[in-house]
Parts: sequence; structure tokens; C-alpha cells
Amino acid sequence: MNRSLSWFNVTSLVLGFAFLYIPILLLVLYSFNASRLVTVWAGFSTQWYAALLENDQLLDALWVTLRVAFLSSLAATVLGTLAAIALTRYGRFFGRTMFSGMTYAPLVMPEVITGLSLLLLFVAVGMERGFWTITLAHITFTMCFVAVVVQSRLITFDRTLEEAALDLGCTPLKTFFVITLPLILPAVLSGFMLAFTLSMDDLVIASFTTGPGATTLPMRIYSQVRLGVTPEINAICTILIGIVAVVVLLASVLAKRQEKMRRRAEQIAARG
Amino acid sequence: MAMAGEKGRGRLLVIAVPYLWLLALFLVPFLIVLKISLSQDVIAQPPYSPVFDIAGGWAGFRDFLSQLSLANYGYVLSWDNEFIAAYGSSLVIAGVSTALLLLIGYPIAYAMARAPKGLQPMLLMLVILPFWTSFLIRVYAWIGILSPEGFLNQGLAALGLIDQPLEILNTDLAVYIGIVYSYLPFMVLPLYSALEKLDGTLLEAAEDLGCTPFKAFWTVTFPLSLPGVAAGALLCFIPAVGEFVIPDLLGGSDTLMIGKSLWTEFTVNRSWTASSAVAVLLLVLLVVPIVIYQNIQARQLEAGR
Amino acid sequence: MAADKARTQTIGAVRRTFAPWNDPTATPLIRFENVAKRFGEFVAVDGVSLDIYEREFFALLGPSGCGKTTLMRMLAGFEEPSAGRITLGGQDLAGVPPYRRPVNMMFQSYALFPHMNVWDNIAFGLRQDGMPKAAIKARVEEVLALVKLEPFARRKPHHLSGGQRQRVALARSVAKQPKVLLLDEPLTALDKKLREDTQFELMDLQMSLGMTFLIVTHDQEEAMTVADRIGVMNLGELVQVAPPAVIYEQPATRYIADFIGDVNVLETKVVTAGAEGVELASEKTAYPLHIAQPLDAAVGDTAWLAIRPEKMRIALVPPAHLADNCFEGVIWDIGYLGDLSIYHVELACGTRIKVSQPNVSRLVERPITWEDKVWVTFSPDGGVVLTR
Ligand SMILES: Nc1ncnc2c1ncn2[C@@H]1O[C@H](COP(=O)(O)OP(=O)(O)OP(=O)(O)O)[C@@H](O)[C@H]1O
Ligand SMILES: [Mg+2]
Repeated sequence: MNRSLSWFNVTSLVLGFAFLYIPILLLVLYSFNASRLVTVWAGFSTQWYAALLENDQLLDALWVTLRVAFLSSLAATVLGTLAAIALTRYGRFFGRTMFSGMTYAPLVMPEVITGLSLLLLFVAVGMERGFWTITLAHITFTMCFVAVVVQSRLITFDRTLEEAALDLGCTPLKTFFVITLPLILPAVLSGFMLAFTLSMDDLVIASFTTGPGATTLPMRIYSQVRLGVTPEINAICTILIGIVAVVVLLASVLAKRQEKMRRRAEQIAARG
Repeated sequence: MAMAGEKGRGRLLVIAVPYLWLLALFLVPFLIVLKISLSQDVIAQPPYSPVFDIAGGWAGFRDFLSQLSLANYGYVLSWDNEFIAAYGSSLVIAGVSTALLLLIGYPIAYAMARAPKGLQPMLLMLVILPFWTSFLIRVYAWIGILSPEGFLNQGLAALGLIDQPLEILNTDLAVYIGIVYSYLPFMVLPLYSALEKLDGTLLEAAEDLGCTPFKAFWTVTFPLSLPGVAAGALLCFIPAVGEFVIPDLLGGSDTLMIGKSLWTEFTVNRSWTASSAVAVLLLVLLVVPIVIYQNIQARQLEAGR
Repeated sequence: MAADKARTQTIGAVRRTFAPWNDPTATPLIRFENVAKRFGEFVAVDGVSLDIYEREFFALLGPSGCGKTTLMRMLAGFEEPSAGRITLGGQDLAGVPPYRRPVNMMFQSYALFPHMNVWDNIAFGLRQDGMPKAAIKARVEEVLALVKLEPFARRKPHHLSGGQRQRVALARSVAKQPKVLLLDEPLTALDKKLREDTQFELMDLQMSLGMTFLIVTHDQEEAMTVADRIGVMNLGELVQVAPPAVIYEQPATRYIADFIGDVNVLETKVVTAGAEGVELASEKTAYPLHIAQPLDAAVGDTAWLAIRPEKMRIALVPPAHLADNCFEGVIWDIGYLGDLSIYHVELACGTRIKVSQPNVSRLVERPITWEDKVWVTFSPDGGVVLTR
């Protein structure tokens, strides 16, 4: 569907994007406010950013968050990709319905349920709560997002490419690494990014599964927000938004280039 | 034969690793929640009883079973406690929010699908981008807007529309705004992908047969986008029912939502068994929509083939 | 039998005498007046003027991308002309939206509504007109019977075969009894046999409904079979408009001669030209070439002789009284098609021409074979001389 836009369409787009972006823009803008009041403009200042650098608690939390996010998204990418392959490539197998159910359900499962159930698991097996329990919890709920992203790519994948490789004497394992993986790599990478941001973003599940000594950034921000709105929080939010914006834009540029190369490769393969 | 064995082993590994992971960290935890919801609080470590001990053998297991009780469900479902009201109010808030999301999201998705092909990736990016920024940050941003001295009240006062600041923060209205704002991308994306797939010649055919564009929308476009509507609605409704952060930060003390009640029961009352019962009942409430959602998701992925 | 007889009497009679384009008093139903369509810089349709008459079956023929669909979509109202005027029954169509035009289209992709069954698809257009329920029912049943789809009325389109879908699309577009039915490559998705059957059904349908049909195709045989007149398009322009036989036997240009059917085109020089015939000379043969065709050209001008393979005769010995219209050569290749054989004859100068001969006897070993020396002859009314 692709026709000319009516004034109604244009208005919905403009209002929709205004709704989505104005709150974020205000937040960013007031992180440069000289006043402690976050809603009254009193001149430009970067003092809140300077204050951040002295806030060791916040920096600690950031460090924990980044480590959790990195480790968990790495593992989630591997597990999620395997799950996607199992679901798209292996037809029927014993317990497939339950498997696909367990892959899709966490996408919509209320976080309080996931968090509570994982906590109770960790208690039941007597695992000490902290950094590693958060990481395990994050692997579990983010791998499902990776699985869905990779699966939607695998479905549009031209399987004759793999068959050609097998036909030419490549083993299945080698075929996966030299043919399949390079071609689904953009999806795997965006799955990784998604897992990373979801992990960085998570408050509820981390709060349930954490123990003493492991406080993540969202938990820190949350406890500060509960005490009141301060420009310092605006500043840390702005930094996070900035990082995400840069990474996402970079990734999309890379993905576009990858996509182009993939298209060309597939065309050549299809022709050859 | 060796070939088949090798292939079979690879296949088994690919299936088994994620499968076992999900069994151990997704399904087993639910069984534990179920079990604990049938137990009693005790002051000990772990803070519930009975504790299942495999060393007890068959007799121990029977003993364990006999100690389970439905007492927690009685507590949760009693009218004196606010859980039933919280379930009800969560369903209402999530339902109304989903309806609002549809009303706001549909025109946006529709306009995106009609936009020139070259522009669409950018519009898509603009919808996804806020989703990449922290959920907590986006909720936090609304505190500054909705508070009595916030931007909204400042703006309305400057326009001379109000002279008393409106009480929005810490009310249900703020919760609605927060949910609609946070979940909008989840509504727009499935709607967009359903609308974008729509074959433009169907609309031309409808117009050719005498439909005005408005009527063609209601007889062709909208019915064909219903799978997207269902996917988007469930994707928003289910998590919204159990939402905790939004009612906690934007809602008032009288805003009842079950996610918040569960959290309070767990952290303030420190009753693991009662909060487990709350979680089990919440899951029972959501099992039908979750199964429908899974079917839609599976069908859409199959249809992509 | 009786029905067949009636059919020959009506259709045959109408077909034989139907030629409103030769009647200066007839007013056309559809007029394209210098219609052009540009997409940005690209000119898709370039100054097309065309009159189509009521009850005519008109085919637009041309290579892919020549603007056939664009021309048709302008008539249906999905594109506005960049220049020129389109009128229908005297009414200027500019600014009239598709849903107000008494024109219906059968889409190449069929565009059946996937969420409605066959019945609802066919009733769709009637409902838009606010027809009473009973009348809709009667009409849908009538149309379903017409395309022989009564047993499938409650099926959804994706449970139908390609041929059945095509019929539903046809039924849906004729249900409203539009003045003009537009068909954009309606038969491409069908296999050859079904396509041929459907072509005749389309002709019958057009006759019995008394509608004007405008069909787009790039299958020349289809165009020749169904149409009263064919318009050949190339690069956005209409190059010739004429009945099928004229297009085939008297093409206006080398392009059309080559586009429709098989043809040998030889460059020649005019020796004499006049009202009763032409004499041509060619380096490819020592014999003079006489063509019974009036030609307005000067002696020494370049002209092209276009001659179709089936218009020539091939022999292993020189015919008696051989004086003109002959090529001598050697069999270079033979294509055996069953009903006829195609001989590729290499002339002394190296040029190859194609000659086809009906295989009138059931010989497996044909008398003419590779590397035989042959004489190829044709009669003065077998070829056509073209100056463009
Ligand atoms: N909306 C459009 N925008 C830009 N160019 C277009 C558009 N529609 C058609 N064209 C161009 O106009 C030319 C004519 O297109 P048209 O569809 O009329 O061809 P056609 O004769 O129907 O070809 P085919 O036999 O392949 O269907 C093509 O080169 C096409 O690329
Ligand atoms: Mg076309």
C-alpha cells in the first residue's frame, strides 16, 4: 500500500511523533538547566553532568549494568539463535508446541511474574543472589526476543543456498558457519542489540533477582526518582539516550550496508 | 548411516540447549511459584514451609503433599484485602489503555504505510527509537510534564486556560498517559506491518467497483488489518495488566494495579507465599490472551514462509 | 446443435459486418485525445489519440513497459493524464474519481478481496450502488451462472484454482454491467489450453453482454483471436490501429511486421513503382521481385520487402517458367513442429530466411533435408513493401 498522503495522514504523523519525542526532548533540555528545579529554566549549565562524575554509587551501578548487559546479551544471542533455528528448521519434534510457547510467552509475560518466579527458583536451588542471578534472569527473558528477531529473518532465507553448499560437499556444521550465519548476521546483531538494551533497561526483574552488592543503574535511578525529580537524573538519562541514539544509528547504517551486500550476494548466488 | 547420526546429534544439540534452558529457567520457576503459593510463611530460610526434600523418599513426599494448603488463595481472594479490586482495576486500566493505544496508533501506522516507500524506513526508525531508550527514563520524563508545577500546567496557565494547576500526576489519568506513551511503539509496529503488506490493487479494485476511499477503508483495509490489530492489542494489553513501574511512579496511592500490589506484598509485607498466589492468579487471568497471542505470533511467522 | 447454429448466425453476422470505425457518422464511445502521461521525467504514454466504439472488442498490444497498463489506468481513473483529454460517451472524465466512472476493471492480479467469499466479492460492487438485496441476489446468481461458478459461491478466493479465481474476477467486474470493461492481461496466469478456451468464452461473453471490452495483452495470438481491432503500442506511442488481419497482412512499419508473427525483412531498391505494382531489386537474389501493391516511391529509393514464412513455397527443383520472385539457397536448418516444418534457408550472400510448409502427408522422413539446394518462390501478393 503506497499512495499519496492526505492531510489527515500528515497530521497523525506529526502529532504522533510530537507525542513520542517532546517528553524526551524536554528531559534532555532540562538536564542543561542551571536551576535545581527541573521545570523552571534558569540558564544553560553542565553542572549536573559534572556532579554525575562524582557520584560513585551511580558510576558503580552503571558498571554493574554494563557487565550484566554484555554477558547476558551475548549468551542470549547464542541461545536465541539456536532456538530460532530449532523452530524454523527442524519441523516437528517432540515437545515443539511447548518449546514455541516458552519462546513467545516471555515477550508478553508481566515482569513481576518473571521476576518473582526466577527469584524463587534461585532461592530454591540455594544460589547466592547478586550479579550472576541477574545475569541468568536477563539471559532468559532476552533470548526470546533474539529468537523472534532471528526467526523472522530465517523464514525469508533462501534455503537453496544451504542445499547448494551441502550439495557441494560442505558439512552441515560448516554450512551453518560459512553460509547461514553470514547471511543472517544482521538479524543476529540486531537481536544482540535488542537484548543488550532490554537488559540495560530492566528494573523489575533485576530488583527481584538481585542481592546485596549488585545494584543496577535502573534500580539506582528508580530509588532516586522515588525521592524526587532532580536535574542529575535528567543528566544521566540524557547520557543514556545519547549512547543509545548513537549506537542505534550506527547499527542501522551498518545493517543497511550489510543488507545491501547480502542482497548482492544472494543475487549472485541465485544467478550463479 | 554415520552421516545421519552426525546430523541427528547436531539437531539434538540445537534443540536441546535452548529447550533445557527455558525448561529450567522459565517453566520450573513457575512450578516453584505454584508450589510456594500452596505453602505457608515461616520465619526461617527459606521463609516458607513445607520444603520439599528428596531425601524423605515416598513417605516424605506424602507428608509434603499433606502440608500444602489453599490458605493463600483464601487470603488473596478475600474481599477484605484489595487484591480482587486490584485485579479488576488492572484489567480496566489495561483495557482502556489498549483501546486508547489503538485509537492513537492506528492513524499513525496507517499514515506510515501510505507514506512514500523511500520515507518508510525512516518513519519506522522514528517509531522504534524511543523503544530503545530506557522505559524508566520515558516514564520519568512524564513526571516533569504532569506535576503541578510541570510543563503542561505551565503551558496551560500561560495560555490562560487554567488558573489552578491541574492535578494529573498521581492519578489514574497519569497512569493512562504513561501506559499509552510507553506502549505506543508496540501498538504501531504490528499495525504497520499488517497495513504495509496490504495489496494496493485491492483498494483500487474497491474504488473501481464504486467505493469512496472512506468506504474502501472500512470494507477492505480495516478488516484485512485485523490480525495486526489483534497482535498489537495483545502485545500491549498483557504486559499492561501486570505493569508495576508506571502505576508506581505516575499513579496515586489509590491507584490499584495488581503488579504494584504484588510488589508491595512481596517487599513490604514480605509474604512470599501470598505474592506467589497473587502471581498464579494473575497468570490464570492472562493465560487465555497469552495463548491467543502465541498462536498469532506463530501463525505470522509461519505465514512469512 | 441449435445453440451453435444460433451462435454462428448472431455472432458471425455481427462480426462480419461490425466496423463502425469505417463509418464516418458513428460517434466513438471512448476518445483519447493526445493523451500523455509522465512520471517525473519519464514519458510512459506519449500523445495517444484513439477512438473506441460501443460494443467493440479492442486489444492493446505491445512489448513490456510500453505503457499499455498506464493508458488503461487513466481510463479507469487511477492515473490522471499529464496532458490531453479522455472522454466517455461525450463526457470529459477529467477529475471524475474511479468510483464514479461507468468503467470496471479486471485486474491482472485479480485483486480479489481475500476476506470475502466468492459471493461477497461479486456482490461488492452492487452493494456500493445501494441495490436492493433481492436484486443483488438475482444479479449475483446470474453472473455466477455465466461464469459457471455456482458451486463455489461460498468459498474464499485462496481455496480456488487459478482459473476459478480468474472467473471470479471477471464475474465481479461484469456484475455492475459497466459501459466499458477493462481487462489487464486477464489470461496470463492460465495455462495455454485454458487460456485458449477462455479467449473464446470472453468473446461470447462480450457479445452476449453487449459491452465494450478493452483488453491489454502482450500475447499477439490472444489479441488476434479476440479483438475486433488491435492497437499496437511501442515506447508510449500508438503505432498502428487496425483489425487483426490488416495488422498481420498489411503492417504499417517494419516494427509491427516484426512484432506480430514471424517475418523475413529484406532491404531492397525500388526499380519501378506505380499504382498497379512494384518491382524491387535485391542483392540477395538475381531474380527481380514483383509485388502487387501500389507504392508511392521514387526509383532507386530503399524499401523493405516483408514476407512471412508461410507465404513462400520451397522446392528441390526449379519451378517451370521461373522468371521472378525466387530465392536460391541451401537448407541450413529444419524445425519440425508437427503441423508444419520451418526451413532455414541460407542464401548465397549468407543471409538466412525462414520458410514454413504445412506437412500435408504423414511422412516421417521428409523429402527436403539438410544441405539440399532449394528454390524458394512466392506470389506477387505474398509480400508487402514497407518504406518505414
Ligand atoms: N507509478 C509509476 N511511477 C513511475 N513510473 C511508472 C509508474 N507506472 C508505470 N511506470 C513506468 O511507465 C512505463 C509503462 O508502464 P506500464 O505499466 O504502462 O507498461 P505495460 O505496457 O503495461 O507493461 P507490461 O506489459 O510489462 O505490463 C514503464 O516503464 C513503467 O516503469
Ligand atoms: Mg501492464
